[in-house]
Amino acid sequence: MQDYTSFRPDETPPWLRDGAQSEDGRITINFGPQHPAAHGVLRLVLELDGELVTRVDPHIGLLHRGTEKLMESKTYLQNIPYFDRLDYVSPMNQEHAYCLAIEKLLGLEVPKRGQYVRVLFCEVGRILSHLLQVTTQAMDVGALTPPLWGFEAREDLMQFYERASGSRLHANYFRPGGVHQDLPPKLIEDMIEFCGRFPKLLDDIESLLTENRIFKQRNVEIGVLTREMAETYGLTGVLLRSTGVAWDLRRAQPYECYSELDFQIPIGKNGDNYDRYCLRVEEMRQSNKIMLHCLQNLPEGPVVSTDHKVVPPRRAVMKSSMEALIHHFKLYTEGFKVPEGEVYAAVEAPKGEFGVYLVSDGTNKPYRCKIRAPSYASLQALEPLAVGHMLADVSSIIGSIDVVFGEVDR
Amino acid sequence: MGVLIHFFTTLPVYFGLDPMGYAWAWTISQTLLIVVYAGLVMVSVAFWILADRKIWAAVQMRRGPNVVGAFGLLQTFADAMKFMFKEPIIPAAANKAIFLLAPIISATLAFAAWAVVPLDNGWVVADINVGVLYLFAISSLGVYGVIMGGWASNSKYGFLSALRSAAQMVSYEVSIGFVIVTVLVFAGSLNLSQIVRAQAHGWYVFSILFPMFVVMFISSLAETQRPPFDLLEAESELVAGFMVEYSSTPFLLYFLGEYMNIIMLCALMSIMFLGGWLPPVDIFPLNAVPGILWLLLKIIVMFFMVSMVKAFVPRYRYDQLMRLGWKVLLPLSMAWVVIAGAWVVFVRPALAHVFGG
Repeated sequence: MQDYTSFRPDETPPWLRDGAQSEDGRITINFGPQHPAAHGVLRLVLELDGELVTRVDPHIGLLHRGTEKLMESKTYLQNIPYFDRLDYVSPMNQEHAYCLAIEKLLGLEVPKRGQYVRVLFCEVGRILSHLLQVTTQAMDVGALTPPLWGFEAREDLMQFYERASGSRLHANYFRPGGVHQDLPPKLIEDMIEFCGRFPKLLDDIESLLTENRIFKQRNVEIGVLTREMAETYGLTGVLLRSTGVAWDLRRAQPYECYSELDFQIPIGKNGDNYDRYCLRVEEMRQSNKIMLHCLQNLPEGPVVSTDHKVVPPRRAVMKSSMEALIHHFKLYTEGFKVPEGEVYAAVEAPKGEFGVYLVSDGTNKPYRCKIRAPSYASLQALEPLAVGHMLADVSSIIGSIDVVFGEVDR
Repeated sequence: MGVLIHFFTTLPVYFGLDPMGYAWAWTISQTLLIVVYAGLVMVSVAFWILADRKIWAAVQMRRGPNVVGAFGLLQTFADAMKFMFKEPIIPAAANKAIFLLAPIISATLAFAAWAVVPLDNGWVVADINVGVLYLFAISSLGVYGVIMGGWASNSKYGFLSALRSAAQMVSYEVSIGFVIVTVLVFAGSLNLSQIVRAQAHGWYVFSILFPMFVVMFISSLAETQRPPFDLLEAESELVAGFMVEYSSTPFLLYFLGEYMNIIMLCALMSIMFLGGWLPPVDIFPLNAVPGILWLLLKIIVMFFMVSMVKAFVPRYRYDQLMRLGWKVLLPLSMAWVVIAGAWVVFVRPALAHVFGG
């Protein structure tokens, strides 16, 4: 362990100075924060014995914005956009966990149509995230074409985001009680059309990667995770499932309408990079199936709860109803009050269990909100996974554990 | 060449002077030829780079450069201008002399290699008897550009890249060497023009040397640091490897040298295996086409393959690269030296030019 106290914070640590070398000739290099494979602002201090990695020391915090603290001074509704900025490749999945937590405290029911729309966009988010991960992991091992193919489909999906919420990335679409707006009919048609052609794209990407010798050489038995390790480090999602543990919150503790849907949870066997790649591709296929099911069986009715103590009335109603106008005014000035209590709500985000621990003191602002970001836990596993591998495998492993710095640094 | 020498010998006579000595006339005409030839090669590189980017873009379902000039034809010139007018940044900790010398070595060697490449029957700057050995020597020296650049940058990424380059280029040169030996055994000459002429009865790619063509193709990718062997500049590992500290014209020289090497190796493969300037069959409409066009066509085919590989494949890891070079390609090419020798001694006399020369 390095001595982190014997130098000033603004001083270069002695072991990072130019030409610094340990007694046995190992070299230390900075991997990031401006490195093409650092997936954002990850900074790793790597100790190399030739090409072999002997120590991996992740330095985080370069994207820290103090989200959790900021939330304490905003009303519940104003806090939703902060969740888009955590894991910015699948924004709505985070909003979902936060809304579920508020709904739990309020005891609010989400109408059936609202649940379907939420599930629909959560699966869009899952595809967005996995598509990014699978293709950039290919880029991390040197394949330059899959990202371009994948990003074309991501662009389609982000346009669906935009047509539903008005924004490609920072959707701010989920609300306590449902979602903000109903979907336009043409959007539903277009999404059904997308679901029809998406499996073909996955087949194309798989044709470049799945059976590719070099891709397999670079991923099979790289970054092998055991069940014990996964459990010790608190890993969830694909990382946990790749070790053969059948744990997916959508099945383990179903929320929304997931218990009514027909989908499979793929499970890995070896816990290596390649298994995780295969799992993600299969999850995209399953998500596509869920999306199609939701779109074709979208129930009639409101998409958001009609409890106007929490949900603003429609604008048309406000024109003629005094009570609606008062509700609207109250909601957008003071916000709604949430009963005193503590609650933990978690969803199966693309990267694992995304949880929100919310403490309410009965006012219109959260007293404390602790966010459990899956990437943060995943990053802990980087050192045990990467040590003993070669430098080239480090970037492949970072890609495979799928960290996004928006939620690691918060 | 003869015409040029004659022209310069007699030129002073028109001004009422004595005829120029042969040595002077030879030197002037050779210099002129080299300048024109190097200029042509350099300008052509601009279009090879564009072709590479366009092919790559097509695979990725993009358009590629299409704004500067018609179909983006002037894109590379624009890029080159940009590099030339930028400030060359030399890191404070770098060894300045070596830092600047390295890209110059890279580019110069890449130019020098072209001297022995015959474009058509007799169209060659230096028709030397040891053309193949000369090429081999030049490409072996190419590694110095990389090692010096990587070391002089005083960057750890550059340093790692330099170490990798030394190992990688040396290991693949060994198998290229044996591939060349098999071709020599078949052609019976080290002169590149002779190697082409020896293929008049059948290109070597259609003979038992075909596996060597494959080995040569793979080794060429490794030799020129193209994917899947681009470990020297592996973006996701070493950012840009030995080029990480280079900017402006020094970077341009590296870039130029890299592409010239690629095209040179494409040309070499065309000459050694695809019959150089020879038409596929020696019949009327085909043998009327100038030989240089045949050679160009063959280089284009090879370059297209090199380009497509870049679009498809992930990158090897360092140890896997070494394994492929030493455990697969080297034994294969060594075995083929024996097979080719046996073929030439025992089988070819019996089949007397049936196929494969």
